[in-house]
Amino acid sequence: MSYIPHTEQDRQQMLAAIGVTTIEDLFDAVPASHRFPKIDIPPALSEYEIAAELKAYAEANDHAGNFAVFRGAGAYHHFVPSAVNHLLLRGEFFTAYTPYQPELSQGTLQAVFEYQSMMCALTGMDAANASHYDGATSLAEAVTVALDVTRFKRNKIVLSGGIHPQYREVVRTYHQGRQIEIVGDDQPRSAAELATLVDSDTAMVAVQYPNFFGQIEDVKALAEKAHAVGALLVAVVNPVALGILKSPADLGAAIAVGEGQPLGVGLQFGGPYLGFFSIKQEYVRKIAGRIVGETIDSDGRRAYVMTLRPREQDIKREKASSNICTNQGLMALAACVYMSLLGKNGLRHVAELCYHKAHYAAAEIEKLAGFSVDRSLPFFNEFVIKCPVPVEKANAALLEQGIIGGYDLGADYPHLAGHMLIAVTETNSKAEIDALVETLKALT
Amino acid sequence: MTHEPTIYELSQPGRIGANLPSLDVPKADPLPADLLRTELKLPEVSELEVIRHFVRLSQLNYAIDKGFYPLGSCTMKYNPRINEDVARYEGFAGLHPLTDGEGAQGALALMYQLQQWLAEVSGLDSVSLHPAAGAHGEFAGILMIRKYHIDRGEPQRTKILVPNSAHGTNPATVTMAGLSVIELPADDKGDVDIEALKKICEGPERDTIAGMMITVPSTLGLFERGILKIIELVHDAGGLMYMDGANMNALMGVVKPGKLGFDVMHYNLHKTFSTPHGGGGPGSGAVGVNEKLKPFLPAPHVDIIEPGTDDEAPLYGFVTPEKSIGRLKAFHGNFGMHTRAYAYIRAYGGEGLHQVSRHAVLNANYIRVGLSDTYTVPYDRACGHEFVLEGHFEGVDKVHALDISKRLMDYGYHPPTNYFPLIVPEALLIEPTETETKETLDQFITAMKKIAQEAKENPELLLSAPHKTPVSRLDEVRAAKQLVLCCAPLLKDS
Repeated sequence: MSYIPHTEQDRQQMLAAIGVTTIEDLFDAVPASHRFPKIDIPPALSEYEIAAELKAYAEANDHAGNFAVFRGAGAYHHFVPSAVNHLLLRGEFFTAYTPYQPELSQGTLQAVFEYQSMMCALTGMDAANASHYDGATSLAEAVTVALDVTRFKRNKIVLSGGIHPQYREVVRTYHQGRQIEIVGDDQPRSAAELATLVDSDTAMVAVQYPNFFGQIEDVKALAEKAHAVGALLVAVVNPVALGILKSPADLGAAIAVGEGQPLGVGLQFGGPYLGFFSIKQEYVRKIAGRIVGETIDSDGRRAYVMTLRPREQDIKREKASSNICTNQGLMALAACVYMSLLGKNGLRHVAELCYHKAHYAAAEIEKLAGFSVDRSLPFFNEFVIKCPVPVEKANAALLEQGIIGGYDLGADYPHLAGHMLIAVTETNSKAEIDALVETLKALT
Repeated sequence: MTHEPTIYELSQPGRIGANLPSLDVPKADPLPADLLRTELKLPEVSELEVIRHFVRLSQLNYAIDKGFYPLGSCTMKYNPRINEDVARYEGFAGLHPLTDGEGAQGALALMYQLQQWLAEVSGLDSVSLHPAAGAHGEFAGILMIRKYHIDRGEPQRTKILVPNSAHGTNPATVTMAGLSVIELPADDKGDVDIEALKKICEGPERDTIAGMMITVPSTLGLFERGILKIIELVHDAGGLMYMDGANMNALMGVVKPGKLGFDVMHYNLHKTFSTPHGGGGPGSGAVGVNEKLKPFLPAPHVDIIEPGTDDEAPLYGFVTPEKSIGRLKAFHGNFGMHTRAYAYIRAYGGEGLHQVSRHAVLNANYIRVGLSDTYTVPYDRACGHEFVLEGHFEGVDKVHALDISKRLMDYGYHPPTNYFPLIVPEALLIEPTETETKETLDQFITAMKKIAQEAKENPELLLSAPHKTPVSRLDEVRAAKQLVLCCAPLLKDS
């Protein structure tokens, strides 16, 4: 019976010890009228059959093993060193629970502590938590922190339309039960235009860096305005871009959040990923989720433990600011191992590869008749192109050539119908980029 | 065990642990210098040193793979290895979340089938795999209840009944959704106090009741004997019933929550359906509903877009339910957990899942009876998949549940859940799961009895425990007061 080890003799001895005749006797408290319904699910398969069935499902997908991927829009196909997966498969890591018993969890705790440190290094912030579910939920949690920091007396949240459309949806879902106003993303606005919406009722203003279109906006004036009125500037950041770009702390952000998937986590059809959340020292006690701190044990040895626990739901119950419990521990470990392997030079190198390859692709596409590239602002590894044919048609032609093309912006941004968002990473070889360009060329 | 240096302490300038590609295109003009950073404090370590560091760290952990892990309410069952393999198939692991529908049919078909099976297990009509964890599923469920009442023109229904034995996530979820909690007491047998519930449901707050959240079996590990009456009272008052499915491991093929009358529940795929806990996630918290709440399910939701024929599979795709509460995370859910849960259900089939619950309950009762002459078992009746006992002894006031837990570590066990549920003094919540052998349970019972004896004869052994772990008890007050949250190189000058 798969993973149940009991022999018939075990069962008989155990029932006798309990003092009942059958296992059914243990369920007397369940209403008899509803007891023991049949579960209509097909009979068990062998391990061999399970593997074959799932292989068939897997192979029915257009995936990065068979296709060149130029799609990003919040999830990126980066190279993940083998060592990452080997370490994630250590049973001591992946079959452990949340480190509530620190004497038995120093491995997980120290790894989280190191992960927190690296996220601080990238973002320039003073503290980071052990992760949220993903970049979008990190942003939604940042709203709660901003409302809390401004004592729930401010009612306005300003979001740039350059933030991932799905992240903005998640913020609205999370806060539908609150009497707050979420504004700013109803039309395209520059950072300076966004600043005009920020006033003394504003708890938070959020921008994405680089933004959803891959562009690096100048947020200086916006940061100054936020500071002047006492609102928190929140930056949604791509961690790989931070391999070369100035940190969000240098831009004047109080909180930096984002999707950690580019740091050693596969595409996996959207999850599990990890949302990172880092913050300035003065707000650290407002942060939701688990945080690991350094301390000593009773023999004076350095050790790690989950700290600031009284903020959390299991202690504070209905007074907790978030219900988060399980987070994305193993994915944070992946990011930690990835950053340890690449180190400062490796991450910078990956960021530079992304940057140069994206700019090569943009320059080549720009040469094609009918295509243009949005160069209104500097960009990192994603850029917007205007296509002479519908994006759907372009992507169908690319797929024929073994290429997953860019993201069709028309659905989320009606004024960008006919525009495609192209992402380039270190995994895209020059040959792949040239094939992309050739296929686009053939469309005109 | 000597302490492990931090990765920063292992760093030497100039080292790297990854073999990365070189640039194969012409260099572009650099970004303006004022956009660029000048320093990046990441460690510089060779690949071997990284491997050794994390392997040594892993060895400081306790885990299911190392031994018995009877952590109540967490269902620490065996995590099958085939599940890890299938989740890593390139067709899943390398699948972009924004792949056009036709190119993701394998993933969508798998998700659709898993939704159907989870619905079948619970007797509910529709399941969403969108939430990322149990608490996220709870949030989805309570938002749906809220929106349901608003949609029916009853926005004043803003109160959720929650028993005092509930998981902390329940009341926290209610607050997060902008609703408020009415706490319900338990009676002396561990069931919800029906009279107290009746008073509220028939009292002045009747028209403000949005619903009730309840865990079945309860967090005390008990099947609520009055469950049908509870559901009837709340429904009569106009409220909806939410089941916290954290304890579903006791229910498969035992009872279907949807048939009992529950309107909505969440599943913890990382408990009942064996996806690993990962040292604190990722989880996956599917949410199931009946017809009433179907239009309110989170988006995106997997459905059949074009029905299939005898020769052709249907076309699957994402839809937004008519009155959806909206999107709770980017993309679709923790898909990597869906593949694992799918493989798990396949390994058992319907009858096998029923056997899972039967044996989980058998194992829990076996330990309960084995310890009932040594420890106080406050609710001494047949339990579900877990049970609670009191971790203190008459005449030995200074020994607490925590001390028993710490001493268990010396015997090679992970302790049970401590101090939860809150309504039992010195609670130790024990959940063995079905994947443990009788021998393991016997050894655990023996260890618990020895500890009880030690508590009376040599309490110091417990008070100073653990003795055999990589570190001894920690100074948690210092951690919170001095607040060191980063490795030394990242600490700002104070």
